[in-house]
Amino acid sequence: MCVIPVDSFPDESLPEPFAAWFAARGWSVRPHQSTLLQKARLNRSALLIAPTGAGKTLAGFLPSLVDLAGGRRRHAGVHTLYVSPLKALAVDIARNLEVPVAEMGLAVRIETRTGDTPASRRQRQRRDPPDILLTTPEQVALLIASADAPHLFGAVKRIIIDEAHALAPIKRGDLLALGLERLKRIAPGVTLTGLSATVRDPDDLARWLGGATTPADCVIADRKSAAAPDIRILETDERLPWAGHTARHAMDAIYRTLKRSKLSLIFVNTRMQAEFVFQLLWAINDDNLRIALHHGSLDVGQRRRVEAAMAAGSLDAVVCTSTLDLGIDWGDVDLVIHVGAPKGASRLLQRIGRSNHRLDEPSRALLVPANRFEVLECRAAIDAANAGAQDAEVIRAGGLDVLAQHVLGMAVAAPFDADALYAEVTCAAPYATLARGDFDAIVDYVATGGYALKSYERFARIRRTKDALWRVSNPAIAQGYRMNVGTIVEEPMLKVRLGRARSTGLGPTGPISRGGRVLGEVEEYFVEQLTYGDTFVFAGEVLRFEAIVENEAVVSRASASDPKVPSYMGGKFPLSTHLAERVRAMLADRTAWSGLPEQVAAWLALQADASLLPARADMLVETFPRGARHYLVAYPFEGRLAHQTLGMLLTRRLERARLKPLGFVASDYAIAVWGAEDMSRAAWREPAFIGDLFSQDMLGDDLEEWLAESSLMKRTFRKAAVIAGMIERRHPGMEKKTRQVSMSSDLIYDVLRRHQPDHILLKAARADAATGLLDLARLAQMLSRIRGRIIHKPLDRVSPLAVPVMLEIGREAVYGEAADALLEEAADDLVAEAMGHDFGRAGHRD
Amino acid sequence: MISAAQATGTETMPVAITIGGERFFADVTGALWHPGHQALLVADLHLEKGSSYARSGQLVPPFDTIATLSRLAAAATRWRARSIFVLGDAFHDAFAEERIADEAVAAIDALAAGRRLVWIKGNHDPAPPEQVPGDRADEVRLGDLVLRHEPRKALEGAEIAGHLHPVARVATRAQVVRRRCFVHDERRLLLPAFGAYAGGISVRLPVIAELFSMPSVHVLGERRVLSIARDRIV
Repeated sequence: MCVIPVDSFPDESLPEPFAAWFAARGWSVRPHQSTLLQKARLNRSALLIAPTGAGKTLAGFLPSLVDLAGGRRRHAGVHTLYVSPLKALAVDIARNLEVPVAEMGLAVRIETRTGDTPASRRQRQRRDPPDILLTTPEQVALLIASADAPHLFGAVKRIIIDEAHALAPIKRGDLLALGLERLKRIAPGVTLTGLSATVRDPDDLARWLGGATTPADCVIADRKSAAAPDIRILETDERLPWAGHTARHAMDAIYRTLKRSKLSLIFVNTRMQAEFVFQLLWAINDDNLRIALHHGSLDVGQRRRVEAAMAAGSLDAVVCTSTLDLGIDWGDVDLVIHVGAPKGASRLLQRIGRSNHRLDEPSRALLVPANRFEVLECRAAIDAANAGAQDAEVIRAGGLDVLAQHVLGMAVAAPFDADALYAEVTCAAPYATLARGDFDAIVDYVATGGYALKSYERFARIRRTKDALWRVSNPAIAQGYRMNVGTIVEEPMLKVRLGRARSTGLGPTGPISRGGRVLGEVEEYFVEQLTYGDTFVFAGEVLRFEAIVENEAVVSRASASDPKVPSYMGGKFPLSTHLAERVRAMLADRTAWSGLPEQVAAWLALQADASLLPARADMLVETFPRGARHYLVAYPFEGRLAHQTLGMLLTRRLERARLKPLGFVASDYAIAVWGAEDMSRAAWREPAFIGDLFSQDMLGDDLEEWLAESSLMKRTFRKAAVIAGMIERRHPGMEKKTRQVSMSSDLIYDVLRRHQPDHILLKAARADAATGLLDLARLAQMLSRIRGRIIHKPLDRVSPLAVPVMLEIGREAVYGEAADALLEEAADDLVAEAMGHDFGRAGHRD
Repeated sequence: MISAAQATGTETMPVAITIGGERFFADVTGALWHPGHQALLVADLHLEKGSSYARSGQLVPPFDTIATLSRLAAAATRWRARSIFVLGDAFHDAFAEERIADEAVAAIDALAAGRRLVWIKGNHDPAPPEQVPGDRADEVRLGDLVLRHEPRKALEGAEIAGHLHPVARVATRAQVVRRRCFVHDERRLLLPAFGAYAGGISVRLPVIAELFSMPSVHVLGERRVLSIARDRIV
């Protein structure tokens, strides 16, 4: 462990004019600020872990300002590079930094460089660099991919990475880590400073920052003076819902809490929930509180206005999603409300940490469970937060698609030697275990696509020269690279437009009148699954889907107040493993129930009577009949994503066992599968049935077959293909694309799977699937964990514990059958009609 | 001659379609078989589409040409076709001939061996490369039926055309499934795009919908062609 207690260092005294400036403000130097000064003096890289409001930013910049106080010659190159994940943050910090510089009369030039910086200023920055440059990871990638990178950065002394905890675990962090290794070679004397919120494993983050074998020193700011957070679950006499995520029952209570606070943030898990909650609060906003909305589908200008209003203190509450997590100063937020469970202890702690800058008063948080299961999750989150326990970070290696982008960038910068570049990239922690074979495959991919069919030699993007260096083939390749830098891949979006349908021969949606206005944009994959008449919530209204016409989704206003398509359309974060373990433990331990609301404790007691509550390490599977169907409900507690994948695979296995599954639904806690055949009887006849159903071999052929057509897998592949540059986002001289002319990544995926299944990009996409939308790694762990520990309880009716997930049916049902089987069934209808009877109509979309 | 059931390898009767008085069978690959003339009809191969992207630095997998030609050869073998008609957009662009691999040209030579191979070319189509065998034509008459690339808005008689890459979005019990399809009424039929990289557009869009009155739709399943009721197409 690399933790150095801050008070064991002597006070690093501040030179003038800094000491005077601190004194004039009535500040004394904090221990961690002092420590960072010392680290800088010793030329050691450091990772500072401190809560907001602890002078973190100043701690990061003091060493640079001290260095630069004596003045510096012009055209010397950048002295300090500051990188933040957000443009707005970089701009904000630059503005704040001007204050001490101006007040102390220092001759320091500070500039920002983001996607918004005008081209003329960007050009001038290359010729005449500022002393301190504040920028984003994407700009860093662009700047190092150029021949004048040594001129710009050869004299860099310090690199500051802000919000390092947010960057390191994701692909953006992979790309930045590679960029930092390059910068270390361009400027060998450089030291790195990371600024981070509290994390469970500071060592991992220190390695990401400093290098695989050269981790930074961890500096953990003293938290003893900070009061423990005050986190409660909303108490309510209202009946707790069994299922659902809107927490409608709690709106009045939430509103009353808003009135008592200065500025509250109301976090929800999905954009649609944000819209709902926003509407519900305004419907009861008798006191005219200033309540705003902030989420990813709103346009950037609107989000900035909300953020500015927050900072200016002109709002009372903001309903928001995780898009507000990384951001500028939250101003005077004094209450954080979570509608629905926070999904992870770390997320909760980080949000609490961002609110309330007065360290002497406790930060306040209120958890509002939307249903009974969420009460357990909220309780677990509070216990974890009070214990200071954090979620484990999901371990992933650096993306191969990101590496491909970086390799091309390095060729754009200057011809490279493969051995030297391999040695360089493996110094970055995410790529420390990169096999040489994979590296070579990536170089081969960058050059000619990495195909067994050697058809693209003449189109090579990079070529080996006489001196065995890899060189970019022509300037167009470099231009294409620069236009497509970055790891953020947007989902293709469709505009949503009001209109009305008219009938033609092919059904109700022939030529469409599209006179209405555009309401906003929604993801294409969402619309693709809608059929005529489906209703959904968008932009605060309930709309009916009519058709897709010329790349727009045409909708009409629906009179229904309850949309058919559920509001909970894919929240970003599943329940964390850590919280899941706590919830399982809570269920198994009766003595822990006293801390729960009466309604919930009673519910669990009923479950113990009617069925059973599994031991902590076991998994309960219940089977029971209901109506004309038979149900199998399992409680793995592995989060919605892993359960979704599990459901897909289980339904296929049940199909093979001729048990006629019809559908399944998955929540963060449980999965319910239903079918036409009695599963209790199947288990009775064959004792190994349930165990076999959940056997690890489902990750073999069943998984492969499903991946071939899984839309989630195709979306995952598409992102990897874009990041790796197989498909460009933007293209020099790109004409307006029509749907016919553009190349679908789904077609590429199909062809690649069939003809070269071991292609390096498929490998990259599979790695993403392990921790992303498909959560394969988590599913694999779960199957291993429950082997031999499945408790099967056949029942003659639904159990109390199953009610929540059963209620999701009809709201959120998903079906696992192969698309072809579904088509065959649909085709049968026509045959039946023609033959004059009604077979095959097994519940049209129940 | 081979029976339709034998050629499609299924026990159920394959989908039969009558246009302009001529009888055809729909093949699961997206080809159309005319038993009378022992002719196989395909459209929109878009050969060398993959390599056209490679030209601009997007190195998409180059397997599309060979994959498409293999699928065509397999269908031609299965039906024991005497003629093959390619209804336009066979090659993705005018420079395909510079990029096409020798193996692909050899595959086309094999297709043409012992058969009549006809490239039907629409107004805006690139012409097939010089080195490729087969007849070139703007249109072909099959009795009262005309085979052409682009469908005519004002149709006289009957036609089979390609160009529009029809796709049906089928509302199944569970979800909307998207598949390439044949769409036709008594006078006009549109072939699905045959090429591995050819995308598609929904038959509900006006550009296709307005060509038909009360059309029938047959989608390409994994194992066979499936006829779908109109109200299932969304």
